[in-house]
Amino acid sequence: MEKTIDKDYKPKRYFFQRCNSADWLWGSLNVIGVVYALSQYHMLMDGYEKAIIICAGLALISFGWVWQSIKLFVVCVTLVSLFAVSRYGITIDLGKSDFFLKYMLASQSAIMWMSALYVMATVTYFFDLLTNKPFSGTVATSLTWTATGMGFIGLLVRWRESYLIDHDIGHIPVSNLYEVFILFSIITALIYLRYEQRYNTRSMGGFVLTVISAAVAFLLWYTVERQADIIQPLVPALNSYWMKIHVPANFIGYGSFSLAAMVGLVFLLKAKMVVVAPQGFLTKRLPELMLLDDVMYRAIALGFAFFTLATILGALWAAEAWGGYWSWDPKETWALIVWLNYAAWLHMRLTKGWRGNPMAWWSIVGFFVTLFAFLGVNMFLSGLHSYGGL
Amino acid sequence: MSASVDSSFRPLSVTTLLIRFLGSMNLAITLLVAVAIASIIGTVLQQNLPYPDYILKFGPFWFEVFKSLDLFDVYSSVWFLVILGFLVISTTVCIFRNTPRVLKDIRDYKESAQLNALRRMSHCHEWQSHFSREICLERINVVASAKGYRLVVKKEAKHLIVAAKKGSGSRLGYIFTHVAIVIICIGGLIDGNVPLKIAEMTDNIQVETRNIPASEVPLISTLPVDNLSFRGTVTIPEGQKANLAFIDFKDGYLVQRLPFLIAVEDFRIDYYKTGQPKSFASDLIIYDEALDAPLHKTISVNHPLEYNGYTIYQSSFGDGGSELRIKLWPLKDAKLSDEIQAVVNTPVALSLEKGDMTLEILDFRPINVNPDITGVKQFKNIGPRFQYKLRTATGEATEFISYMMPVEKDGAKYYLTGLRHTPAEDFRYWYLPADSEDGVARFMRFLTLLGDEEKLKEIALSTLPKQSDSLLPMAEDQELVAQFMVGLVKQFVDGGVGLIAAKVKAVVAPDKQSEISALYAKVLHHFLRNVYWVVLQEEGVDPTSGLNAFDERFYEDAVAAVSISHQYDVPVYLDLVGFDHKEATGLQVTRSPGKMLVFPGCLLLVVGVFCMFYLPQRRFWVIVSGSLENAQLFLAAQASRNPYEFEQEYSELEKALLLQLEVAKTN
Ligand code: HEM
Repeated sequence: MEKTIDKDYKPKRYFFQRCNSADWLWGSLNVIGVVYALSQYHMLMDGYEKAIIICAGLALISFGWVWQSIKLFVVCVTLVSLFAVSRYGITIDLGKSDFFLKYMLASQSAIMWMSALYVMATVTYFFDLLTNKPFSGTVATSLTWTATGMGFIGLLVRWRESYLIDHDIGHIPVSNLYEVFILFSIITALIYLRYEQRYNTRSMGGFVLTVISAAVAFLLWYTVERQADIIQPLVPALNSYWMKIHVPANFIGYGSFSLAAMVGLVFLLKAKMVVVAPQGFLTKRLPELMLLDDVMYRAIALGFAFFTLATILGALWAAEAWGGYWSWDPKETWALIVWLNYAAWLHMRLTKGWRGNPMAWWSIVGFFVTLFAFLGVNMFLSGLHSYGGL
Repeated sequence: MSASVDSSFRPLSVTTLLIRFLGSMNLAITLLVAVAIASIIGTVLQQNLPYPDYILKFGPFWFEVFKSLDLFDVYSSVWFLVILGFLVISTTVCIFRNTPRVLKDIRDYKESAQLNALRRMSHCHEWQSHFSREICLERINVVASAKGYRLVVKKEAKHLIVAAKKGSGSRLGYIFTHVAIVIICIGGLIDGNVPLKIAEMTDNIQVETRNIPASEVPLISTLPVDNLSFRGTVTIPEGQKANLAFIDFKDGYLVQRLPFLIAVEDFRIDYYKTGQPKSFASDLIIYDEALDAPLHKTISVNHPLEYNGYTIYQSSFGDGGSELRIKLWPLKDAKLSDEIQAVVNTPVALSLEKGDMTLEILDFRPINVNPDITGVKQFKNIGPRFQYKLRTATGEATEFISYMMPVEKDGAKYYLTGLRHTPAEDFRYWYLPADSEDGVARFMRFLTLLGDEEKLKEIALSTLPKQSDSLLPMAEDQELVAQFMVGLVKQFVDGGVGLIAAKVKAVVAPDKQSEISALYAKVLHHFLRNVYWVVLQEEGVDPTSGLNAFDERFYEDAVAAVSISHQYDVPVYLDLVGFDHKEATGLQVTRSPGKMLVFPGCLLLVVGVFCMFYLPQRRFWVIVSGSLENAQLFLAAQASRNPYEFEQEYSELEKALLLQLEVAKTN
């Protein structure tokens, strides 16, 4: 058996050699977007904001390069948001009369769609787990993508709406509990979708989406009971470019930690089922333990990295707004507690090689610590961060 | 750590043991947990409140216990700092112990790996190639570098070992993060108040607890200009200067001298159209001998001034000694009203008929944006407001809050004054109806008249039906009836309807009570109405025209206000009629050289953490043996950290190698 050497074999060594035309198109679109935004609105931005928009563009480009599916998603979200913004024109009033806005794309409507779709996705994922039909799985995934898209559209349109109400009031919608709950839902969902694709399994979906549905339930209660959806002007302390980076970084952390906790739950369930009912459908359908363990680790690592970044950004902001980078304010302190907790988790896993049930339990406990840092502090403790109160 | 008892057991020196202990993971985790627990305590127990608050909350016993454990100031307590210190030491030792190994690991390709060791690895694969060793080597090189590996080749007697690795970033990441933690902690400790604590323990400083002017604070409570690190606050009224700041410390404060003067030209609050504050800003001038010309700068929240290592922040605001013109309405006695001038935060003596009092104005705010009572989340400016205390000669004080303009409620306007006896209470509000001139004059005349028994009696007599008209009582009986009516009014003023009801209950048989009460109420209202008429007539209202709707409503509100007037137990009502507003800006002045360590440390931490997670170290080995023309290949790799992910990586690597070195498998 004579073999010839493939003389033309030239591995694509460098990153740019590996880019396909979609990647190049993606890069150019983003560059055009950023350049356009800068040329149109540079007089409204200070140096930091210009830097942020450029970095955001770069981040989006690399994000799209790393994760192919996100490209189409971003394009759709952008087009629909632009459409919504164009329906508004220059006055907020159309939100109540224009068909598209009133029923779909005004931020409040979009958020309602997002909420409904997430709940439907949760149910469908569980249905899929029970029946294991390929079709239901596809539906569940599409619902999650759509819901996440609606969430992003809702936030983007809300951003515009705040400027339409009054130029003075305009601000990025990550300034209060209502807005960050939306952010939490969509970020958690995106991270989940990424893992779903990467590990090619849908059986964790229902569990992860349960957390999102819980967030949605809170959101609805908050809207109905407290009219939290009304756009409020910023308090002076929040009026800073830091908010634009500190808050999203934080929520990548919170989202990943929540996801890790739910995956920990699936891990415990599977570990139990393997023993109790080795032939049961859960044992068969839930992903193997090693995969779950890996997802859990990845989520915590991602969360830890971004939470570190967010806490540091918070400290830098505090240095500018409160006069000290660290004041032992309850919110700060709880961020530290969350951070220490996951640092200990990572040490145990990476240096002591802990695996299995204890780590899964720990990640669930970690979720409650995180939850307290996120909500409990606002509810029970007072401090400089008190603007987020319930 | 327990030393295992095996044959090679040999006692270790104390230093080695100590170093091992300090650098051990167990200690590190324990310390991390200890910091976390201490932090939780510090957030659950509110920190740095005045001591009396704690005594009230926990009782004297637990107060002493908590205080001796420093639980009221956890983050600067000695034990907490000791934990942090140990964390720094432990991490440092850990770095020193591990760095050589880590650096070696980064540099080392492990090309001397033994075949046996490689065979035991979790991933291996052996096959026969149809290519020469030469070509195999070349191809392995191409595949490896395409996947980001770098490799070395080692020639052995019978075979070649290709050792490849990538992603040393994670190992560097370990060094970066741990060094960063040490740097950040050291920076933080420099900026914390360790030096102050030491100075206090060695009696070099003494905390000042008295409320005295800064110029009278003794030297022992004053920190010199060359203090490297501090965080102080100072409130400066517009148009004034200061060259010091106050540092809160324990249950008092210290004075920090500054090497420059801060003058405040103006303080401003901008508002959104909705009325909520949008920004707080101060125009400052820094006077410093080192400057050629004074430095002018406007600071606002999120935009501090950096000057010469000092940073000046907008942190709060307050009253800078506004001058208020206040009309005094003595309550329930006939003295005429009087106007005084008072300055916020400067006590004024008031000589009143019922004893002298001191007026202490605590605060004045020209604009008060409150949630509108008509709708959710709507805000409305309800005008200037001042807050004050009235203190009797015996020192008892009642606190008030009072609005200058009437507030609209249900279509009528009222003057609001809130009152409370202790700061723990909520203010209870007294609603005085505004008269047709938007003032309180008519109400005051009404109330004064209700306190004037002689006048009341006159009115009672004059409004009783004349004896000639009917069979009604004779003059002396009329006198008695009038007396009764005046008494009724007195009870009403002194205790509201409650007092009247109580009196009725005390003297009337139970079955008659409701009847009598109804009668009393009727008489009272009839009489109050007549008194009100007299007030109106004094204003020049024509009695024949009857009450218009406004006057009618006023009457009802006035009676309601009178009925609770007894709760307003001071003899004077203060009516703000004019003001000259002067604001003060609250500045925070800090000097934190630790920043120079903390911020770069943070950067190192972030870089380190991302390296650690996203540049995992990977290695593989290929042993090329067999004949020169037909090489025999053996691929081996081991996952240290992330078996699952490595699985994928390995299978791709294997696929690529197989593709390039197309071969017949031997196993
Ligand atoms: C407080 C903050 C700390 C954080 C956030 C932190 C974080 C980490 C992380 C994430 C790792 C895993 C790195 C890897 O190998 O992939 C690690 C490893 C390690 N940490 Fe820490 N650490 C901290 C403090 C300490 C302390 C105080 C010690 C010392 C006693 C310590 C000792 C170690 C050791 C020995 C390793 C394993 C290094 C190796 O062989 O790779 N860490 N640390």
